[in-house]
Amino acid sequence: MNDSTARLTPEVFPGCPRPVAGYDRVVLGHGSGGRLTAELIERLFLPAFSNDMLAALEDQAIVPLARDPTDGIAPRLAFTTDSFVVRPLFFPGGDIGRLAVHGTVNDLAVGGATPLYLSAAFIIEEGLALDELARVADSMREACRSAGVMLVTGDTKVVDRGKGDKLFITTSGIGLARAGPALSIRNARPGDRVLISGTIGDHGVAILSVREGIEFETVLESDCAPLHTLTRAMLDACPGIRLMRDPTRGGVASVLNELASGSNVGVRIHQTAIPVRPEVHAACELLGLDPLYVANEGKLVAVAPAADADRLLRTMKAHPLGTHAAIIGEVLADHPGLVTMISSIGGERVVPLLTGEQLPRIC
Amino acid sequence: MKYVDEYREAGGARRLAAAIERACTRPWTIMEVCGGQTHTIVRQGIDQLLPESLELVHGPGCPVCVTPLETIDRAIALASRPDVILASFGDMLRVPGSRGDLLAARSRGGDVRVVYSPLDAVQLAAANPDRQIVFLAVGFETTAPANAMAVRMAHRRGLCNFSVLVSHVLVPPAMRAILDSPANRVQAFLGPGHVCTVMGIEEYEPIAARYRVPIVVTGFEPLDLLEGILRTVMQLETGTAAVEIQYTRAVKRQGNAAARRLIEEVFENCDRDWRGIGVIPASGYRLREPLRAFDAAARFHVEGLCVQESSLCESGAILQGRLKPHQCPAFGKECTPQTPLGATMVSSEGACAAYYAHRRHAPEPLTIAGANVP
Amino acid sequence: MCLGVPGKVEETYREHDVLMGKVDFGGVCRRVCLEHVPEVRIGEYVLVHVGYALDRLDEAEALRVFELLASLDELGDLAGPEVPEDQAP
Repeated sequence: MNDSTARLTPEVFPGCPRPVAGYDRVVLGHGSGGRLTAELIERLFLPAFSNDMLAALEDQAIVPLARDPTDGIAPRLAFTTDSFVVRPLFFPGGDIGRLAVHGTVNDLAVGGATPLYLSAAFIIEEGLALDELARVADSMREACRSAGVMLVTGDTKVVDRGKGDKLFITTSGIGLARAGPALSIRNARPGDRVLISGTIGDHGVAILSVREGIEFETVLESDCAPLHTLTRAMLDACPGIRLMRDPTRGGVASVLNELASGSNVGVRIHQTAIPVRPEVHAACELLGLDPLYVANEGKLVAVAPAADADRLLRTMKAHPLGTHAAIIGEVLADHPGLVTMISSIGGERVVPLLTGEQLPRIC
Repeated sequence: MKYVDEYREAGGARRLAAAIERACTRPWTIMEVCGGQTHTIVRQGIDQLLPESLELVHGPGCPVCVTPLETIDRAIALASRPDVILASFGDMLRVPGSRGDLLAARSRGGDVRVVYSPLDAVQLAAANPDRQIVFLAVGFETTAPANAMAVRMAHRRGLCNFSVLVSHVLVPPAMRAILDSPANRVQAFLGPGHVCTVMGIEEYEPIAARYRVPIVVTGFEPLDLLEGILRTVMQLETGTAAVEIQYTRAVKRQGNAAARRLIEEVFENCDRDWRGIGVIPASGYRLREPLRAFDAAARFHVEGLCVQESSLCESGAILQGRLKPHQCPAFGKECTPQTPLGATMVSSEGACAAYYAHRRHAPEPLTIAGANVP
Repeated sequence: MCLGVPGKVEETYREHDVLMGKVDFGGVCRRVCLEHVPEVRIGEYVLVHVGYALDRLDEAEALRVFELLASLDELGDLAGPEVPEDQAP
């Protein structure tokens, strides 16, 4: 038999910088959450705004405030922002408004913070039915209620017909950071376990099912949900959690690659341990997609010390948003920066960061 | 029986791998013709279960990879016209043309749409009567009936705003070209399962007989591939050279006669340029004369196509099994999935992309058992 | 090449005089052209490529690889654990 791991050597990045993937204009792949997005951030935005808080590349920044002279406490704020573009605006299991609230709530929650206040900016294309906008606002109100946050400030702009895709929403959120060490993409240590809070790819497949040219019938719905009560329960049960991330665009594979390079460790996952709904599995087979790269909007990936993993898993399973939680892999000292997967038949392969968006294929 | 997960089972895979190990007494070089087979082999790590003496080389059966540069350039030029919606399978969008790809054409304002099926492109034509819908009709024999059906439906429904940019290729002439090459080192083939579902196996029998090579028509799931490899090794070890069907649940000797009749009705054979390989006589399809009105290349005049291939790219040798992807000097250096020089680095079926994503080898010397690499 | 995905035929209908159908791929259904599998019955499996059924799947043949696996097991059992000659009865 061949030695499988000897073949898996870390990628050697070419030394010289070059134009972002050879494109002199922004292509859709730059927004895919894959390698093109990472390059855009690293080569264009980070140098422009260089500071340590941004350079940490977490889903949220932890901002220290001045010490209160009366009680000597220095509170820390968690701060994040996210834009939402989705076609169609209403899809099975959710809509752009609900996504915009829960997405920002989740970016705060996975940093261990308690989400408190949101802002929302609406970029509206001329011609959007007011009725649709009202439905979005209703949905946001309900999403704020379920996430325990208040939308306290906002902005509205209208662009010419044809200059926007009906509606774009940007939300920013602030929350109270938790006391104790920050959760960070740099914290994973060899021996740690990798956990997922439930089935993967539900959101992305639900969206695809209503995309023009690709549409198919399914009962599947987006998993869009606020994770703040799940993260709180997890941190209460297991304060030693190294990091949490919500695997949105780019999917679980992109988060695993970020933590492998952020913590300079290897990650190995097991295909048979990863929870995938039959409908997601089927849609991915049909379109030639890999569920590891499909977006989620109500799931999180957590890394915890091995000794805590079983307790953490029980806590997650006891929560309504974690009933299908599973331990899917482990952190290794081997092949730092690289994610591998043991296939269902026992072979091992690299799970790379995708270059751009995952496209349905014929072959 | 769901016909999918049953064939991805670890115990069965191990038992078949052990049987291959027992059967294999000498080094052999087997080519899997289809990119889909390459995809399964690399993603599932099937090659890691095989004895060292058995080498799998990846064949030319990736329609995305072999679509000639000229067709890509023409598609990009058409996509840039304001009256055109260019519809395509998703995997064609990142294939590099001489200057950029279809995604870049879209970023410059071209209307490029991904469809799941050629029939969806026909729907698009019905729904947009004031636009020209050009479907980029690539593929092997497997895709030919669906593309032919799209043309027939557009014809019957009188959808004059529908046309196809055809770059259809055929497997048997490519296999002959590989076997005729003085640099050939392929001793047996895993035959193309889904191509044979449509076409049957009769065309492959003269190849097995003339070149004395075993051809085992094989499916795409791990257990299919392992069984196909086992049967191939058994033929090689006993000096047999016959066409066998491993993928019997989907392949009949005569194929699907009705689908073949439709292909006959819509297409005729023609010479075809294969990207990285060159022109292979009678290796493609084009529309027959009565349907030529649906040929986008004839309907739209494109000026100033200047087709230029990268001089560094070795995809031709890779598609013919003469080089492994990591043996190309540009692999992982000038050529990566972000900056692909050849289509084999783009398609997820492409051997280079599969290697880059799932198998980053340490550099290896350019010597392979039984090889005469030029 | 060429993704081919097995799915179960749920219903059939004619559209612009072409036989079409709804095919279930395990919880995901899609419109598929069935023109070249005209004899297909509801509940049967077809092999679908880009929205077009290439052919019906043959259930008896589909089980054949598992028969092969069973025969490999028997071979393995026949070979059995190796018994040193001097301990053989």
